[in-house]
Amino acid sequence: MPEHSYTSRAELDQYAFRPIVTVLAPLLCILLQAMLPKTWARFNYVDLPLIATIFFAVARRNPITGTITGTLIGLLQDGLTNHPFGVYGIAKGVIGYIAASIGFAVDVDNMVNRVLLNFGFSLVQSGMLYLISRRLLADPSVHLQPVHELICAVVNAIVAIPVFLLLDRFKLRE
Amino acid sequence: MDSFFFRFRNALVLIVVVLLQVFALAVQVQRPVEGTVPGGTPDGKKITLLRRWTVALVTPIERLTHGSSLHTRSVWDNYIDLRHTRQQNQQLKQEVTQLREEEAAFAEDAAQGRRLQAILGFQQQYIARTVAAQVIGTSGTDRSHVLYLDKGLADGLRPNQPVITPYGIVGKLRDVFPHTSQLLLINDSSSGAGVLLESTRIRGILRGTSAGEIQINNLTPDQRIKPGEPVVTSGGDQVFPRGLPVGTIQSIVPDPQHQPYTAITIKPAANLSQLEEVLVITGTSPTLPAQAQADAAQAEATAEENKRAAEVLAEKLPNINDQTTNSSNTAPNNDGKPIDTTGQNLIGGLPGVPNSGLPKVQPAVHPDRYTPGATPPAADLQPGAPEKSNTSQTTDSPKSDTR
Repeated sequence: MPEHSYTSRAELDQYAFRPIVTVLAPLLCILLQAMLPKTWARFNYVDLPLIATIFFAVARRNPITGTITGTLIGLLQDGLTNHPFGVYGIAKGVIGYIAASIGFAVDVDNMVNRVLLNFGFSLVQSGMLYLISRRLLADPSVHLQPVHELICAVVNAIVAIPVFLLLDRFKLRE
Repeated sequence: MDSFFFRFRNALVLIVVVLLQVFALAVQVQRPVEGTVPGGTPDGKKITLLRRWTVALVTPIERLTHGSSLHTRSVWDNYIDLRHTRQQNQQLKQEVTQLREEEAAFAEDAAQGRRLQAILGFQQQYIARTVAAQVIGTSGTDRSHVLYLDKGLADGLRPNQPVITPYGIVGKLRDVFPHTSQLLLINDSSSGAGVLLESTRIRGILRGTSAGEIQINNLTPDQRIKPGEPVVTSGGDQVFPRGLPVGTIQSIVPDPQHQPYTAITIKPAANLSQLEEVLVITGTSPTLPAQAQADAAQAEATAEENKRAAEVLAEKLPNINDQTTNSSNTAPNNDGKPIDTTGQNLIGGLPGVPNSGLPKVQPAVHPDRYTPGATPPAADLQPGAPEKSNTSQTTDSPKSDTR
């Protein structure tokens, strides 16, 4: 019976997606993210575009694609805010790169790993957004809110489970 | 050399992408004007174009979804969910009657205020034109308190126009696109407004915080500032007209980052997290709008009519007692003056409202046995019975009774 380890070929397989899925899935995430808080303000705790960035990065396992996908999703998100373009673009670009790099080393089909990845990347994004706003943009009104960021990370980790399962259906083995 | 680029291509791509965006940030961030925070002012031309593309990509779908949900909801609200409608209608009619009475009562004061302002040459701004708009989307992040409205340049909206609801101010327009506009809420960290504490008349500057609260943090500790005090716009920011409700003071704590100032947190009058419809103020004028002038004239006429009717009644029935002083529905307020809790005896008479035009009898400064209402009804009196002491009289002036 063949044994699978973290270095087995099956786990290192890269997945691809149809172009329409590649475009529409992140766009749908951004749309939902913009529309749902209107009726349910608590939805702001969730970051669907972040979950999409992590999913596509770990599924493709290509750091360059991960960086570009993350950057594009982040820039689209920036376009809907009153921040300059690049705040979310930088944060999500870096996360896309790290997530794709981690995808080589970790079994990303494992549910526990998925939860931990989303929890961790949510905190990384919060830290990066704080640094960009506070250091690069020199905005003194931005403060780090550890409890709020922790709650967001937990909520993102929980919401990521069904979103990942849904997006798994669109995977194509390369 | 080729092998170096090939070997580190992933990291190099990341570095290039990040550096490009850092450079873009540096280009976009303008030197803030004194007293403003980045993000609160409209974008430059090139940035507006980028944002317009993004908004053009997202808002049509938002508009479509919002329109269909609105249609479904209107069918439900207007044809299916009509329970308690008659009861609500009755309540609203009563409310309108009460508001008319109050309007008539305030009309004279308002007219006097306007006359004094005209004499003193005060520049007053009245809301002349508004455009109703619906909220179709949000920024999608809790770091940017921005909403998208379904009206834009084509509807007469312009950047920096104030946005209100019937309850109070909500923010101002930031970027305005042809058919959409971006509303910057007052609880965004880049927002600000000039405000006035209503009772103490202390002026302050309101700012949003990163936690989504609104605070005044340019005031030093003052014993007169208390939680619950209403806050209104001061008009000093050249955006919001003077006197619009902002909210009430929720808490006052020392600001650890800006000593010796205090952080006065305001509870907004409008529910900023559940906004559906807003009014954009597109025009103000130094005089009252025609409709408001007509309303004011009508209210003044009603007030005058009530006053005359009250005088005629007072002449014809000099011993009239509207029983406000000894009624169980009457309670003294802070000034010791009686308040009618039934709403039946307010000044400002209306047809069909009993006693609404009658004058109020001033309470006696030193009540005694001859004070109207102090004597028990004749039916209760017994010949030869000892005189009952008036408890309220004893309570009010114990020293005069003991002497």
